[in-house]
Amino acid sequence: MTDFNNSHKEPNYLEYRGKYKGILGWITSTDHKRIGLLYFYSMMFFFLAGVVMGLLMKYELISPGEQIMGAQTYNGLFTLHGLTMIFLFVIPGVAAVFGNFFLPILIGAKDVSFPRLNLMSWYLYIIGAIVVLISQFIGDGPPDTGWTFYAPYSLKTNTNVVAAVTGAFILGFSSILTGLNFIVTMHRLRAPGMGWLRMPLFGWALYGTGWIQLLATPVVGITFLMVIAERLLGIGFFDPAIGGDPILYQHLFWIYSHPAVYIMILPAMGAITEIIPTFARKTIFGYTAIVISSMAIAFVGYFVWGHHMFTSGMSSTSRWVFSLLTFLVAIPSAIKVFNWTATLYKSSINLQTPFYWAIAFVFVFMIGGFSGLVLGSLATDIHVHDTAFVVAHFHYIVFGGTGFAFFGALHYWFPKMFAKVYNFKVANIGLIVFFIGFNMLYFPMFYLGLMGMPRRYYDYLPMFHSANILSTVGSWIMATGLLIIIINLIRARKGSGKEIDDPWDGKTLEWTIPSPPIVENFEQIPEVKHGPYEY
Amino acid sequence: METMTHQHHADAHRDDTASKIGMWLFIFTEILLFGGLFIVYSVYRHMNPVAFHLAHEELSITMGFINTIILLVSSATVAISISAIQKNDRKLTLLMLGITLLLALTFLVNKYFEWGGKFEHGMYPGSELMKNLSNGDMLFFSLYFFMTGLHGVHIIVGMVLLGITLYKVKTGAVNSGRYALLENSGLYWHLVDLIWIFLFPLFYLIH
Repeated sequence: MTDFNNSHKEPNYLEYRGKYKGILGWITSTDHKRIGLLYFYSMMFFFLAGVVMGLLMKYELISPGEQIMGAQTYNGLFTLHGLTMIFLFVIPGVAAVFGNFFLPILIGAKDVSFPRLNLMSWYLYIIGAIVVLISQFIGDGPPDTGWTFYAPYSLKTNTNVVAAVTGAFILGFSSILTGLNFIVTMHRLRAPGMGWLRMPLFGWALYGTGWIQLLATPVVGITFLMVIAERLLGIGFFDPAIGGDPILYQHLFWIYSHPAVYIMILPAMGAITEIIPTFARKTIFGYTAIVISSMAIAFVGYFVWGHHMFTSGMSSTSRWVFSLLTFLVAIPSAIKVFNWTATLYKSSINLQTPFYWAIAFVFVFMIGGFSGLVLGSLATDIHVHDTAFVVAHFHYIVFGGTGFAFFGALHYWFPKMFAKVYNFKVANIGLIVFFIGFNMLYFPMFYLGLMGMPRRYYDYLPMFHSANILSTVGSWIMATGLLIIIINLIRARKGSGKEIDDPWDGKTLEWTIPSPPIVENFEQIPEVKHGPYEY
Repeated sequence: METMTHQHHADAHRDDTASKIGMWLFIFTEILLFGGLFIVYSVYRHMNPVAFHLAHEELSITMGFINTIILLVSSATVAISISAIQKNDRKLTLLMLGITLLLALTFLVNKYFEWGGKFEHGMYPGSELMKNLSNGDMLFFSLYFFMTGLHGVHIIVGMVLLGITLYKVKTGAVNSGRYALLENSGLYWHLVDLIWIFLFPLFYLIH
């Protein structure tokens, strides 16, 4: 701490000892890197819990009839699986972990603008998670409404909806504060010389995400408060028996929850956009187009919520308007895919694990995106609405998109975060197994949905049996892949360190500093003289 | 920067513009929070125009009017307190913040009597009377209690913020060279005022 000239004397963020030691030193730290890891570890815990729930559900569906659980348990399980995965993993996901850890470094800053607020966001996240978990154990049983809490059922069921909704409300607060923090950070703390159009594209993705978090989350916040008030105080908002309008609930819910999909996917796209030029060893193709498409997704994504409600009862004008807008939002997403592939054209690709993840991401994301168009057009949506097709679609986007990007980003930045290198071969095998399992798990669900198998049922007709077997076996293969990946990373984390500052020959600022980064990231705030990906 | 210790690296960095941008962004989220309620209000009023009109006659325009004046004046006093601190007039700042807090309290006392009157007549969320109302009346009063209640919560949050600011002005932590906290509390207070400006006509002045 005394010698500022010798970089390796400077304590790195992992070794640094502040006022407190051990775990207290972590949960009281306002260092964005430590907060990123706090999110990382807590999120991995919830993610794995969600995976186990998913495996149990798939096991239940291995053949018709009751296997290991009854209808009510299954209802509780898919609700908790949705709550955990959506609110505790994919919504904060890439932004909270890698955004926190790398955004300040990528823009050449020492920290985010409001470090204490940042820590508070993590605490809110944990409190929200605990409240959601409490809903499982107190009162009259776990909520069985699905993560959407549709009225009027959410007002009528005897299960413990209030606690779950309160938890979701608190998690929303955490998400808002993170978004706010990132926006201000990018406005105020970019290094000298880093104009807006020299900012790494992950930053731009987080910028768009931040605005969605700010402008969409409060709407669902107030909706959840109304549900709570309706249940606790018996005043009427959404219950048709007392004049309320349950469709209005759906509108308010999706005004947030559709943009929330972009909260999940934009940072994921941003991470992929960092990975691809590094391994293509080439400047990103169409920097400005990617910036504009990020902002366009954030903007147009705000006006497409009605496509969740084509069968709920809307005027035909609103239906085709929402359908049209839904098709429009596909354009900026496609622009990104074109830019990624165009970057690869005539590049000298360095085939490494993070790159494989990025390519796998593009593959599954495109399947998710195209199946989304099937759901976005009116006629076909009516056929597959509320079937397994929808489940397959959003798992391809949310898990295939955000999940793959999360692991891709993890493999990309792991050497920087921990100054350790994992076993590439094992990592690649893990990815292949995971990829095969993933597609085997979810692809049959497209078929099942088209054949008419409804979602959220614990039982099904014998005609759906064979595809379900395939899907369940796929879930086991995917879990095996996941296990290989995680064990490989844990072994690397525990293994001996390597002085490796720039394993991929990356050009963005995080690769110019030592691994693991020092507490203040940079000894001297760098001066930026060119764009982020100059090869 | 070179001499600072790591322990303080996060807190030592001070950026008043950043805090102000942060506050503005937070205010956007608050507006959207109430925005959701205004949507619900518009939909239900559109569905029950007659019931909303009749139900609003149960509310006292006088009470609402007095509270509107109180909040408008308090917004002015908070604005004066900011000008005062810029001119390094600590006494005036403290006086104006004190008056603002007093006005906020008066608002709440007024509200207490207003709600209290309703409660006495058996009109409160979940009461037998309310359950027996027609759908339109029920929605009107549900929204009335929920929206003015939520606004009341914001008044209290604003008072806490202003109270902390007042204390910090007293200790000198907020001064003519460093008054972002006062500006932000002031901004928040204007927001609370602004929301009331919409609530007042929507509930008390329906035509």
